Amino acid sequence: MNLAITLLVVIAIAAIIGTVLQQNQPYNDYIIKFGPYWFEVFKGLGLFDIYGTGWFWLLLGFLLISTTICVYRNTPAIIRDMRHFRLDVQEKSLRAFKHRDEWQSELSGEVLVTTLGTRLQQHGYQVRHKQHDGYRMVAAMRGGLGRLGYILSHLSIVVICLGGAIDGNLPLKLAEMRGEIQIEKRNIPVSEIAANSTLGTDNSSFRGSVEIPEGSRANFVFLQVRDGYLLQQLPFTVALEDFRIEHYPSGMPKSFESDLIIIDPDEKEPLRQTIKVNHPWVYKGYAIYQASFSDGGSEIKLKAWSLDKPDAEPLLIDGVVKETNQLVTPRGDYALEVTDFKPFNVFPAEEGSGKEFHNYGPSVIFKLRAANGEAREYVNYQVPISVEGRHFLLSGMRDTPAEEYRFLHIPIDSDGGINRFMRFLTLARDRALIERIARRLTTSDFDMTPEDPNFNDFVTSLVELQQLFINEGIDAVVELAERRVPEEKHNEAISSYIKLVQGLLGSVYVELLQGEGIDLSEGVDATQAQYFDDALNAFSLLGPYGSPMFLKLEEYKHVEATGLQIARAPGQNIVYLGCVMLMAGVFFMFYLHHRRLWLRIEEQDGHATILLAAAGHRERSDFDHEFELMCGDLRQHSSAQAN
Amino acid sequence: MSANPEIMHRGLDTTPFLKRLGAFDWVWAALVLIGAVAAHRLYSDFMDGYEVGILYGTAAGLIWLGWGWKPMRGFSLAVALLSLAAIALYGSELTNGNSNFFLKFLISSQSAIMWMSALYVMATFAYIFEILSGSSFSGRVGSAMTWSATVMGSVGLMVRWRESYLMGADIGHIPVSNLYEVFVLFAVMTALLYLTYERRYNNRAMGAFVLTVISAAVAFILWYTFDREAHHIQPLVPALQSYWMKIHVPANFVGYGAFALAAMLGVAYLLIDRKPGGLLARRLPSLEILDDIMYKAIALGFAFFTVATVLGAMWAAEAWGGYWSWDPKETWALIVWLNYAAWLHLRLTKGWRGVPLAWWAIVGLFVTLFAFLGVNMFLSGLHSYGTL
Repeated sequence: MNLAITLLVVIAIAAIIGTVLQQNQPYNDYIIKFGPYWFEVFKGLGLFDIYGTGWFWLLLGFLLISTTICVYRNTPAIIRDMRHFRLDVQEKSLRAFKHRDEWQSELSGEVLVTTLGTRLQQHGYQVRHKQHDGYRMVAAMRGGLGRLGYILSHLSIVVICLGGAIDGNLPLKLAEMRGEIQIEKRNIPVSEIAANSTLGTDNSSFRGSVEIPEGSRANFVFLQVRDGYLLQQLPFTVALEDFRIEHYPSGMPKSFESDLIIIDPDEKEPLRQTIKVNHPWVYKGYAIYQASFSDGGSEIKLKAWSLDKPDAEPLLIDGVVKETNQLVTPRGDYALEVTDFKPFNVFPAEEGSGKEFHNYGPSVIFKLRAANGEAREYVNYQVPISVEGRHFLLSGMRDTPAEEYRFLHIPIDSDGGINRFMRFLTLARDRALIERIARRLTTSDFDMTPEDPNFNDFVTSLVELQQLFINEGIDAVVELAERRVPEEKHNEAISSYIKLVQGLLGSVYVELLQGEGIDLSEGVDATQAQYFDDALNAFSLLGPYGSPMFLKLEEYKHVEATGLQIARAPGQNIVYLGCVMLMAGVFFMFYLHHRRLWLRIEEQDGHATILLAAAGHRERSDFDHEFELMCGDLRQHSSAQAN
Repeated sequence: MSANPEIMHRGLDTTPFLKRLGAFDWVWAALVLIGAVAAHRLYSDFMDGYEVGILYGTAAGLIWLGWGWKPMRGFSLAVALLSLAAIALYGSELTNGNSNFFLKFLISSQSAIMWMSALYVMATFAYIFEILSGSSFSGRVGSAMTWSATVMGSVGLMVRWRESYLMGADIGHIPVSNLYEVFVLFAVMTALLYLTYERRYNNRAMGAFVLTVISAAVAFILWYTFDREAHHIQPLVPALQSYWMKIHVPANFVGYGAFALAAMLGVAYLLIDRKPGGLLARRLPSLEILDDIMYKAIALGFAFFTVATVLGAMWAAEAWGGYWSWDPKETWALIVWLNYAAWLHLRLTKGWRGVPLAWWAIVGLFVTLFAFLGVNMFLSGLHSYGTL
């Protein structure tokens, strides 16, 4: 028994480790978290897949054996105890009981046996009696099922463990140890997965997942094993006819369901059924669950403006979610990895808008990977978003998935496009124009003449400041200011640098307006001034934005994929049987109290002496009280008056 | 400490159970059945076969409970009447909750839960005052407040159920779906369990201990409401849209409530053990009885926790595609189960009693608390419905 308690505690502690340390993550994450040394140690101990390691199963095995031995040892005695009334118990033994009483009655032994026997039956006892030499013995008991509770609850652990073992991956582990199975770690097409990473349809228990886009089919699932996977073949093909999803106003999924078709070579006709969360389809022992959903390869059309040559004709890119396009840019070649598409984006609405939620429309998420492998992630919204009455195209950028997106707000033209922004950017990138303006400003605003010895240096530094701003962003300008002047003058320098850039770009903007034929005789109106500020804000972030292109989502065709989990668990019903036994056993054990009671009736000189003794299995404090009551009751019923 | 006379009487009575029932028992049972049939007829569109089964199963269970533990009858009637009143006052307009006086200040779910919170905290003080002063009146006040708080908490949950449907037929669900709702359930369950023991052992001093843990739950509810605004009714994610929720969660909370009760009695036990002749020793039941109640609570909790875990596994098989995934919540449920299995083995087979088991019961509460709360806060997994 000590072993059992120790095992319970040790298993509990081992199980804790598995919950604190996230299991079955990519190994790289662990290396980053623990460093290479501890990674090797933890890996050696199997801590990354604790519930699949040999030693954890060994512990469970011990528990199984210990429980089995317990049941095996105790069951015969318990069954005997439940069935035998022990009518031959000796007087001496009865007198040794803690709960006993003795009294006399004027009734005859025979009458007493019947009266008290009936009374005991009324109290719920089973009663037997026996005529011994010189005395009668009445033996009674109740709550015998409580003892059965012990057997049931302990046997159930054995049953559950066995059922679990059938569904466990022990055969797989053994095959892997023998080297018959090789875990695949590369991301390769299904057709290229090697035979020794593929499990046949004879594998009796597994749990795997597969994503099927609308209109596609699959006759396999992937089993995740540590940091890799195996391909599990199915004896039938599952096709997704249609996938439907409904949302709450908050954008949260309300329900999702898949119309599935099973094409089974054994069946003439394809079988159809709709599954949804909590409503799986069990087919020939294979249970097909609706687990998740994702993009199934939506087709998207993107319009790409070069941010380096904004006046160039924008490119048209046909992309597919989860596929990669190549981009050739002045900054080098980039891989455009389209990772996801969302047909809508619901977020809490701005306060005061009178609505709780606002739909920000479709978005596309992609990564731009430079030739050196570094990638940034972007999310671009299709529909302009209104901020304080003005409209912007939004594009978010982040360097790692752990960060929040930082958003670039590109102000849109009156016609809803961004051509004007690109024209402005073209001018702002036009070095010759900037130099011309810088010369003019140096003369007009700083009272220098071209003859001044510092004139050219001043113009050059103005131009470079502007170039720094447009190429590397406002942070670079701030940094420059901080580098150039002592700390106490930082703020002053920063604001004067920014003013210089603003002044330069202001003149550029005037060029743009004049080019558009706008009459500036009465100055720049508020709308145009606002546009300038918004455009400047966008310019100031183009550097950190880091993309050589601005991609605008033009059109899309949404394709969804269903995430199915397909499992085969022949041990499930055995486990459930064990669970039922466990529940019954626990309730029997706690709420049916096995109690025995003996009445030894000896007649002598016309009266009977009654010796009452009682015992409860695992005596509890209530039993004292119950015994007291029983004594009183039985005494009362032994007197002639009571009958 | 003598047992309740009613219980003593029951021990002797050999009249068949059904014949022992009085007129009120039958009237009450009839009302419960009428209620169940009415709910079935009115709301059958919202229920599947399993849910109809659960409805009648609950009615049968309630009748059985009320016949065995008489105060349940009055309690359930009070909850039913107040809940029906709230439903009637709401009509079909959720906005009535802000305009109707009774709803706004008394029996809208939010107000009822606030009343529950206030009453539990006051009851705690009343029970503590009873221990300090020996005033049995204060103890009776504590009992009355605990009963009222439990009624209000239950009304809060019932009305919240209705409110969720008033928000939208597709939003409606039984209010046991997030941390806020289950904390209310926890307080109510623990209090009901306590009230049975209070009556059975005719001792109110235990209330000071048990109500302390309930007050802690109330503190959490209040923080959660006012700091996190978590009291808003949220629609259900698809995985929770199942009849299993109606049985898995309440079964779990019988377990959690019982474990919490056992741990608090463990605290009482240890305090008395330190100072055998002290004030607490005079007010509380004897150590032997405390030990026994602790055992009974843990046995009850263990039995229900076993059922809840099994139901959870069966639900997991339907929703997640496997009855056991070593998900953190599942694993912690197993840890809690193993912990109390070890406790029960120590008591039943090794004959341990008293101090070490009292300590173990207290540690057990922390293990349970981690399974209930810590997993949601610190660990991520499939069962991330009740995140903070």
